[in-house]
Amino acid sequence: MFDIERWQEIFETLSKNKLRTFLTGLSVASGIFILVILLGFSEGIANGVKSQFEQDATNKISVWTGVTTKGYKGLNPGRYVQLKNSSFEAIENQYDDYLEYRTKDYMIYGGTVNYQNETGNYRVRGTMPENQFIENADIGSGRFINSSDISSSKKVAVIGNKIKEDLFKGEDPIDKNIQIFGMNFKVVGVFYDPGGDREEGQVYVPLTTAQKVFNAGENIRNMAFTVKMADDFDEAVQTSNAIALGIEKKIKELHTVAPDDISAVRVNNTLEQAEKIYSLIATLKLVFWFVGIGTIIAGIVGVGNIMLIIVKERTKEIGIRKALGALPSSIIGMILQEAIFVTMFSGLFGLILGLGLLELVGPQIQNDFIKYPQVDFKIALSTVFLLVFAGTIAGFIPAYRAAKIKPIDALRDE
Amino acid sequence: MIQIKDLHKSYHMGSNSLHVLKGINFNVKEGELVSIMGSSGSGKSTLLNILGMLDEADQGQYILDDVPIKNLNEKIAAKYRNEFLGFIFQSFNLINYKSALDNVSMPLYYKGVKRKERTERAMHYLEKVGLAQWSHHLPSELSGGQKQRVAIARALASDPKVLLADEPTGALDTKTSYEVMELIQGINDEGKTILIVTHEDDIAHMTKRIVNLKDGLIIDDSSVEQIRASAHV
Repeated sequence: MFDIERWQEIFETLSKNKLRTFLTGLSVASGIFILVILLGFSEGIANGVKSQFEQDATNKISVWTGVTTKGYKGLNPGRYVQLKNSSFEAIENQYDDYLEYRTKDYMIYGGTVNYQNETGNYRVRGTMPENQFIENADIGSGRFINSSDISSSKKVAVIGNKIKEDLFKGEDPIDKNIQIFGMNFKVVGVFYDPGGDREEGQVYVPLTTAQKVFNAGENIRNMAFTVKMADDFDEAVQTSNAIALGIEKKIKELHTVAPDDISAVRVNNTLEQAEKIYSLIATLKLVFWFVGIGTIIAGIVGVGNIMLIIVKERTKEIGIRKALGALPSSIIGMILQEAIFVTMFSGLFGLILGLGLLELVGPQIQNDFIKYPQVDFKIALSTVFLLVFAGTIAGFIPAYRAAKIKPIDALRDE
Repeated sequence: MIQIKDLHKSYHMGSNSLHVLKGINFNVKEGELVSIMGSSGSGKSTLLNILGMLDEADQGQYILDDVPIKNLNEKIAAKYRNEFLGFIFQSFNLINYKSALDNVSMPLYYKGVKRKERTERAMHYLEKVGLAQWSHHLPSELSGGQKQRVAIARALASDPKVLLADEPTGALDTKTSYEVMELIQGINDEGKTILIVTHEDDIAHMTKRIVNLKDGLIIDDSSVEQIRASAHV
């Protein structure tokens, strides 16, 4: 393997046949290149989808209501199902043991918010302290809504980073007053959200305050919970499904909604969706691997083929070498090493090209569903091992043939 | 140096079997220069292949320098070929992408000689055949006679016990043939045992002993008065 002479010999034969070497290398290089790109993008898609889920906690169950579409117990269809504080408390009491965080919200879409001369329209959301964890909101400065804000209906607000940029223009917003529909609220915190601008263009205020200032009384718009996660993902999905179903049933009972009315009460179980998407990603990855490996196999078969031709072409030379005292093992070594070298070199070339392209193009991809396409080091390393292995296989049959060549046959004058 | 007793060899082609060697008995002493003659199909090349361990006999005994040659596997055959034998072929059989020097040093490479020593020894033999200044030329840049001389240098390189030459002058014109024979005679004069297969009478008479083969048997084996090739050049 580390015999300089043999390397010299390999380079000599390879450089004697530049076009052949180039074409063989190209087939392997493009195989690896395609594999790397495919794997990079499958990783990118996985990242993209994951970040879609990161906007909110993945184990979130949210409850929204709409208009009934079916008559039930003497009530007509077309009735709006109004959630109340009491609906939330009923659910909270029933599932307390299973719930991790809980919140009820009352929100105004397109609330006019201004600071000094700057004005914008943002979603104003009355909420509970625990919503911070359900929404995956990160506090950048200050604090989130706390329970004392709730109990004394304080006029405080937590604004998203986008609003800070829009209205405050670099000023520190903490302890400044903003006006929501003309009413003064003191900014106590700024938050970031993995969901980006859409989520960061919100103002959080205490729920109790929102209900008072917007004359909502006991009304709430929606509620959301997160379920305590079991260690086993499948088990967690099961529990969360059961709870989601239970919540839906309970709300329908409380508000006299037909059990089969789908649009009146909607319970959205993120975990269940996540499970579906993750299994989709897993399948996608599998398909990508399959396609990539197939491409590599095509390349390797190409190398094997070429090596067979080389052996055929060099039959006489191999015969001469054997007559001069070459051991069969040294002939096998020569052919095998050449095959491994060609696959290794061109494979690494394809690998570097693929990684380079991902590195270059990856950050420029502006797509919600593809983020940071990349191939991690372990995968890159395993493709290299795959290559060495493949090169060995590609070279072995031709090498074996070469070793079987009888000098007497090879040297016979035509 | 070489002892052969009752050597038989048959080739099987499908259902046909061809009995090529039908019991050859033949000894060669050290320092002899022997030519093996015969028409095509007489079995002379087969005999040479068996002597060269490129082929194996079906029956009989072959002893080379007191070593019985039998039941060879590839590995041992390769080792013996490298140690005991030097080959000279009709069509030279040089490796065409290697320089004359590299061709000559190849047996030494398979013997495991270090690079520096290899080059020195190869150069020494190239000088001996008078081609020192051609050492870095490819075979394609050499004439037929030069190629055969490179091949002879290569055969000598590993300092074998016996040189086996299969029609060494078959592809050369008369003048070049005599030059090559002159070289071979010179090497023999230094004591090397040499066997030459040929069907040319004049070449055969430049050796010291002619063995005549016909239909797989030796019909004549006699010493001759050696004609020096130098007289013709």
